[in-house]
Order: sequence, then structure tokens, then C-alpha cells
Amino acid sequence: MGQLIKDLADWLVEPTRYSLLTTALLAAVLIWRKKLTHPLVFGASMLGILAFFLFAWGDVNFKAIVTKPDNVPILILLISILFFTWLALRRAVLNDERIERGEPTLEGELSKQKVFTWPDLVYVELICMVLFTALLMVWSISIEAPIEEPASQARTPNPSKAPWYFLGLQEMLVYFDPWIAGVLLPSFIVVGLMAIPFLDTNPKGNGYYTFNERPFAISFFMMGFLLLWVSLVIMGTFLRGPNWSFFGVFEYWDPHKLEPMVNVDLSVYFWVKMLGMPRPESPLIREAPGILLLLGYFVAMPPILGRTFFKKMAAEMGPVRFNVMMHLFLWTALVPIKMVLRWTLSLKYFIGIPEWFFNV
Amino acid sequence: MDKLFRYIASTQIWRSIFRHGYPDTPRNRTLAVLSNVVLHLHPVKVRRSGIQLSYTWCMGGLTFFLFLVETITGLLLMFYYRPTAELAYQDIFALREHVPIGVMREVHRWAAHLMVISVWLHMYRVFLTGSYKPPREFNWNVGVILLVITLLLSFTGYLLPWDQLAVWAITVGTNMARATPFLGHEGPGAALISFGGLNFIHAGDDVRFGLLGGRFVGEAALMRFYVLHCVGFPLVAAGLMALHFWRVRKDGGISGPL
Repeated sequence: MGQLIKDLADWLVEPTRYSLLTTALLAAVLIWRKKLTHPLVFGASMLGILAFFLFAWGDVNFKAIVTKPDNVPILILLISILFFTWLALRRAVLNDERIERGEPTLEGELSKQKVFTWPDLVYVELICMVLFTALLMVWSISIEAPIEEPASQARTPNPSKAPWYFLGLQEMLVYFDPWIAGVLLPSFIVVGLMAIPFLDTNPKGNGYYTFNERPFAISFFMMGFLLLWVSLVIMGTFLRGPNWSFFGVFEYWDPHKLEPMVNVDLSVYFWVKMLGMPRPESPLIREAPGILLLLGYFVAMPPILGRTFFKKMAAEMGPVRFNVMMHLFLWTALVPIKMVLRWTLSLKYFIGIPEWFFNV
Repeated sequence: MDKLFRYIASTQIWRSIFRHGYPDTPRNRTLAVLSNVVLHLHPVKVRRSGIQLSYTWCMGGLTFFLFLVETITGLLLMFYYRPTAELAYQDIFALREHVPIGVMREVHRWAAHLMVISVWLHMYRVFLTGSYKPPREFNWNVGVILLVITLLLSFTGYLLPWDQLAVWAITVGTNMARATPFLGHEGPGAALISFGGLNFIHAGDDVRFGLLGGRFVGEAALMRFYVLHCVGFPLVAAGLMALHFWRVRKDGGISGPL
């Protein structure tokens, strides 16, 4: 029985299924938020996670990866993200019900009353500081900060991982070349975050939790933050082992695990497999299918989506805001699209011009 | 007890420091905040919703607190640490071996991890409550820069123990800079920046070389990261934090329904 659960868990967290599951979970929570954010449901799921932990604790491989000193913060991240996502959605659901009935929001009732900073705010801050000082002391005394062997350029550890908060970007290296994964995507994240207040023209939902008043903004942000950032950090920490190979949580990190590398460029699919001819010499002609496809994606999608799915939004935002937002959105969407194509079609590059270091 | 407190509050020494009486009247509570250089970051009165933990999560304040913890523990660690390739690892190892009950490195490391998490959660809360909306657009932008600086602070500090974990994590992290379009020697477009067949961008002068001060993570990189970690980024962060907190006040305090 125990072995069966372990095998099932390892099977479920294989990258394709892991991504599908996390996406499905977020979608389900957002769609059925009224029922799923009920405190009882949340409490039961937390108990379920706790039970799984207690069960898994007996496993050598699980314990080895989870109790690594530097991985403890990732557990804190996982638990706090689950808790705060629930808290925010719960309050959003309650507020949405209040707004429907025409009542003031939870925050609206309290915001009319004013209290003195001294003592009402100061003592909250003091308690917070004392608690976290205590937590840090206990944590620091019980878990020693790691120190490995002295630095050496001659010996490369396997796996070599970036600091944990950049593991989402390192995961992107599997699907994209470094100039996209390490330079372009992080720049887009920073620029995109900074652009948010200037793109979101919806005046509602300012200063209180709500979902109904800004469904697209919240869903998009949660998709980016929870699915493409936090969940990839967790995956990079716990599920990626030697050679960046994938390992289930109960699996031994075997450095000799073989993974077939049979990824194929789009140009090979087009010229060789579809037309049955060798690929043309000139890179531009060779990669024309991919170039046209991506140009089409970035040029044609904004107006198409603006006239169909996002019609109302396009009208409210105006052309400049809408196009900037759409390009950020399309880049965000390109990440899971490429991941899915890699898993299903073993697609290597849309455009592969290694001659110019230009691979997408 | 109450009498004792009142007596202390009435002594000349006390009154030379705190220019208000025992803060149990509205006037003295106001003065307690207004006449204290730390507390006057706050307004005298706040919305009830603004002090509700289930609304604010306290994550911004916690981030600031962790920054202070990092400053204090980091200062103590600097007493023991010499940023050279020969000595850095030894010094960190000696902290573990020779300093009795030495937990400052642990506090520094765990608080740094916590700070990254609390910054992310702070951003998450601010987004979900729509608190970036007018009039707080600019402060959201300052916050995004502070988020990046927090990550950079943590990233530069990651190298300092100079063990295998540190050096290779930074190697992985900075290898990406090789592929910067136009400016990295393995980036698209780098080959275009050439003159008469001579490439201007190569491994010895591209962005990565500029970051590390060398072709690999070596002595020069350690010194750069040390200076940035201990002086450069903390100064920028402190300046931007002052701006961030000031703008919170100027933009109407902790957000609430309009």
C-alpha cells in the first residue's frame, strides 16, 4: 500500500502531469471558489497535506530532499502561498457576496473607523517583531547554515542549481535558449510588473479583496505568479536532480539516470517530415515556417483576440494599452505553449539559427 | 506599577528624550507618534482596516524588519569575514568552528530567505487588493525595483561563503549574461558588432565579464559581489525604502476602499 502511494505520487509529479495538475487545481479553485474556499474544505486539504507529509517522512529519499537546510524556506514558501491564496480568495468571495447584496465590503466597514497608531498599530508591529525574532532564533539554533567543500573551478557539482528564487528561470533553460530564459523573460517580468498600474484601467477593486470585479487581472496574475513562478521554483527545488533530470519525491537521485534527447526543430518537421525534402541551405528560408508562425502569433493574435475574446477589454483599454498588454500576455502564454509542445511533439525550436545564436 | 511608570515619565532625563507625557490621552498618543523619529513614519491615526492582519498580512512591515535584521547580523559577520579567495571560505568555516553559540550566519541566511518570501507575499497582497491603482502607481513601481534589489542582495550574498554551492550557483546564474542579445558573446546579434571581421564582443569584454570582472567566478567576482552586497545594494535599498514609505503616506496611507 505504502509503495503504491509512493509510486502514484512519483507518477503524478512527472513534469507534464505536475504542470497539468497545478493548472487544473488553480482553474478549479478560481471557478468553484465559493465552495472550495470554504474554511472546512481548506482545513481538510491542509490536513491531507499534513498526513501526506507524516506518511512520506519515513522515506529516506523524501526526507533527504525535504530536510536539506536550504530547502526549508521553500517549504515555508509553499505553505504560506497556499494559505495566503486561500485567505485572499476567501475574503474576495465574502466581499463579492456583500457587493451583490449592496452592502459595504469587509474592509469598507472598518476603513471608516480610525484608530490611534499608538498603541493600536505599534503593538501589532511589536508582537510581529518579537514573534519573528523568536522564530529566527529557534530556526537558526536548530538548523545549521550549509557550507560545502571549498570552491573549485575544476569540479562541477551535479546538479548545479541557481539560488532557489531563480529556479523558475533555470527551468526555462530546458525549453528556451539562455538569451530568452535568462535575459528576455526576466526583463519582461520586471517591465511587465511595472507596467501593471498603467495597463489596468479598471477603477474597481482598489483597496479590498474581490474577484468578480477584476476576474482577468487576478487570473492572469495568479497564472504568472503561482503557475509560472512559484510552482516552477518548487519543481526546480524538489523534483530536479543530477543533470537537471526529473526525479519523483520518493526517487533516489541517480546521476546515471538516462533521458532520451530526441528534440526536433520545427524546420525539420516542416521540410523533412511534411515535404519529404532536405532542409534548404540558407537559414532564413530554412527557418521561414517558424519565423512566419511566430510573426503571425505576435502580429495577428492581438487584433484577433481584441475582436473576439477580449472585445470589451480592448474597447475599455484603448489601442496602445491593449497592444502592450497583449504582447506581455502572449509572451507569458508562449512559455506554457512551448512547454506543452516540447512534451507532446518533442519540439526543440520554432526558429533555430545556431549560426547567429538565434534560437526561439 | 502605573505609578512607577508615571514617575519615570516625569523625570528630567525621560522628558529630555520624549517630549510628551504618558501616552494614555489622545494628545499624548498623537505626540508619541509625531515626536518620535522612527514612529513618525506612521500617520497619527490609521484606518481600522489597515491594521487588520487578514487584510495587510503585515508582509511589507515584516520585510522592513528582516532588512534591519540583515543589516545588524551582516555588520557582525563583517567583523569575521575577509573577501579574498584564500580567506573567505576559512573565515566562514571558522565562524562555525570557533565562535561559541555562533548563530549570526544562520540568522543572516534564514532571514534572507524569509525576506525574499515576504517581499513576494507583499507584492501578492498589494496586487490582490488592487492597491497599485491610482494614486499608488508610482509606489508600485518603486516596490518592483525594491523587489529586484532584494533578489540581487540575496544573489550577491550567495557567493560570499565561497564554497562549491556558492560558486556554482553564481556560475549558473551569471552564465545567462553570456547570451544577452548584442552584449553577450554568445547572444544573438553579438556577431553584428564587429569591424573588419574583428569582433568587439567576446568572452573577455562582454556583459558577463563586466559582472564578474573575469571570465569565470573568481577573486574579482568575489570582491565585486562583496562590495555590492555590503555597501552598494543596501544603500540603494535604504534610499528607495525611504521613498517607498514616504509615498505610502503621501498616497493616502495603507490602502482601503475609496
